[in-house]
Amino acid sequence: MNAPETVKTLRIALVGNPNCGKSALFNTLTGLRQKVANYPGATVERHSGRMTGAPYVELIDLPGTYSLTPKSPDEAVTCDALFGRSAFEARPDGIVCVLDATNLGQHLRFALELKATGLPMVVALNMTDLARREGIEIDVEGLSKRLGVPVIETVAVRKTGIAEIKAAIGVLGTVSEQAPTDLPPLRQLQRDARAMAREVTLAEGSGHKITRQLDALFLHPVAGPIILFSLLFVMFQAVFSWAETPMDMIDGGVASLQGWLADTLPDGWVLSLLNDGILAGVGSVVIFLPQILILFTFILALESSGYLVRAAYLMDRLMSSVGLNGRAFIPLLSSFACAIPGIMAARTIADPKDRLTTILIAPLMTCSARLPVYTLVIAAFIPNESVWGGMVGLQGLVMFGLYLSGIVFALLAAFVFKRVLSDGKRQPFLLELPKYQVPHLRYIFVGLLERAKVFLRRAGTIILTAMIILWVLGSYPLPPEGATEPDIAYSYVGIIGKGLATVFAPLGFNWEISVALVPGLAAREVAVAALGTVYALSGDEEVVADSLVGLLASGWTLPTALAFLAWYVFAPQCLSTIAVTKRETGGWKWPLVMIGYLFGLAYLAAFLTYRIALAFSA
Amino acid sequence: MQQQTGETMRLGTLAPGQGGRIVAIEEADAPDGADNAERLRELGFAEELDATVLHQSPFGRDPIVVAVGSMTVALRRAEANLILVKTQ
Repeated sequence: MNAPETVKTLRIALVGNPNCGKSALFNTLTGLRQKVANYPGATVERHSGRMTGAPYVELIDLPGTYSLTPKSPDEAVTCDALFGRSAFEARPDGIVCVLDATNLGQHLRFALELKATGLPMVVALNMTDLARREGIEIDVEGLSKRLGVPVIETVAVRKTGIAEIKAAIGVLGTVSEQAPTDLPPLRQLQRDARAMAREVTLAEGSGHKITRQLDALFLHPVAGPIILFSLLFVMFQAVFSWAETPMDMIDGGVASLQGWLADTLPDGWVLSLLNDGILAGVGSVVIFLPQILILFTFILALESSGYLVRAAYLMDRLMSSVGLNGRAFIPLLSSFACAIPGIMAARTIADPKDRLTTILIAPLMTCSARLPVYTLVIAAFIPNESVWGGMVGLQGLVMFGLYLSGIVFALLAAFVFKRVLSDGKRQPFLLELPKYQVPHLRYIFVGLLERAKVFLRRAGTIILTAMIILWVLGSYPLPPEGATEPDIAYSYVGIIGKGLATVFAPLGFNWEISVALVPGLAAREVAVAALGTVYALSGDEEVVADSLVGLLASGWTLPTALAFLAWYVFAPQCLSTIAVTKRETGGWKWPLVMIGYLFGLAYLAAFLTYRIALAFSA
Repeated sequence: MQQQTGETMRLGTLAPGQGGRIVAIEEADAPDGADNAERLRELGFAEELDATVLHQSPFGRDPIVVAVGSMTVALRRAEANLILVKTQ
């Protein structure tokens, strides 16, 4: 298997309990050059990266786990890798065991389990700054002696102890592997770990007071749910109002580029391809980058502050009323960013039925790719007014409503799926609530950068390709002599669109919308790009300069616009979601179920919305 | 619920503010009792540690949040009932 290499790569796995600061340490050790193997293609979700200053060391960030007897699919990833059972991951050459210095008694048990694997190991005693602030004092040398491995004090977020841990990791390659040893029963192991922790703990510490105080507020029976709901509400308002300025700037930039091209290039197909095909299409998607980044900032901040798991606790009751448990809230919340990480995060759910249900409803959470669609239509049809005494923007309110309907239908769908799938066994809900932390700016920044790259790469590849194909199909064949309609009506796009329009006519969709839905399957935001291209091609020269918002406002009726929004609440998911669902569920059965039920719901919802809106406006 | 000193109680029956020292984690109770007991141990519940109920969900008072050792754990009362504490 091993390809010949000049310098042998040393593969080191970072392992630890969840919430021990493992990922922060990983980020610090690899710098920004980490490679995040996300979706599709990578078979397990794993982050790996070369250690800065020592590129022959490959660090692998394995999912956090509480033990080496896995309880959920993500924990299994870690165990399989460590025991060399993984088909996709060779056994690492060594382990960095990350321990939380503020919770040594518990974390040491896992260190003992890891040591029994026989792999060369070094311990990173992390969060020592927090421990010191709490008054905890640990005899590091004594710990190292008792464990029989090097122990290095680190503060990953402040880059303390990083040089030392790097040196210790570098030496791991020279340590030979031991034969695995048998472990005593769990209860005995707990006792051993606590005894060892007692021996090396010089001062006990006072506990994390701030966490207790914040919990008194955030988990308060009345204030807690209100704060959670307000946070989500502010998040969606912010997505709208904060993004306005940068979006206008991008819009203006694209428009002036189009104007410059129109002045510089001769009239003809090249100009049309650049302006109507590429800039109108891709530009109308790139404009949503600010909104997506704002949404991700919120989600990443909530995640790294430790609030997200509290939200899961608050939501457990609601989730259990549809048969899920609070743990499902986290994958579902990350599905607001994108269903793909959400579906993969469902691996943290131990029960297969719960996990499947969560996967099936994840696409109903309004992902960020739907933002462009919603924003466009809302901007065109919902007046930019304030309601409730100027406190709340009407557009943001409609957006919130769309998110909310996604959630409500997701819960209803979960209820039905659980009824069909369940064997009636109640699944345990067990969740450690980590200490609150000020969100790491670096962590958020890395996350945002990753997201922006993915988004722009998509805009530059899938969307660009789709737009060029659409432009070709939309420009040829040329219209006959004496044509009365815009040229595009006679093109392939026109022909296809008019064919599809017979299916979608009951929903109030015109042929332009119908044709945009097709590339919208590749990725939802492509539908917006497609509308941009289709309308740019059908407009006469003066109208081209007008933005897509204006074109829609004059071209669609309100019932059509509302039906379009309703369609995208259920929006038959994008191809990547289907691909990841197939991978996670191991076959075509569940992705097909997913496509079927979402298509059905989308059609029904759009139909009802259109008919009801029509009845009201008549 | 009146809490008496030195009484052995199930953690899942306690109200916020109540707690005690863990004396046992039952394994045989439910069909998957052993499995759940193992999970509780792996998460950090163990004999001789102090466990105190801190919060309960505003909706139906379940799940609860428990301080155990230096950790905070959210769990449902059904699972918490596997844990026996001696009040003090």
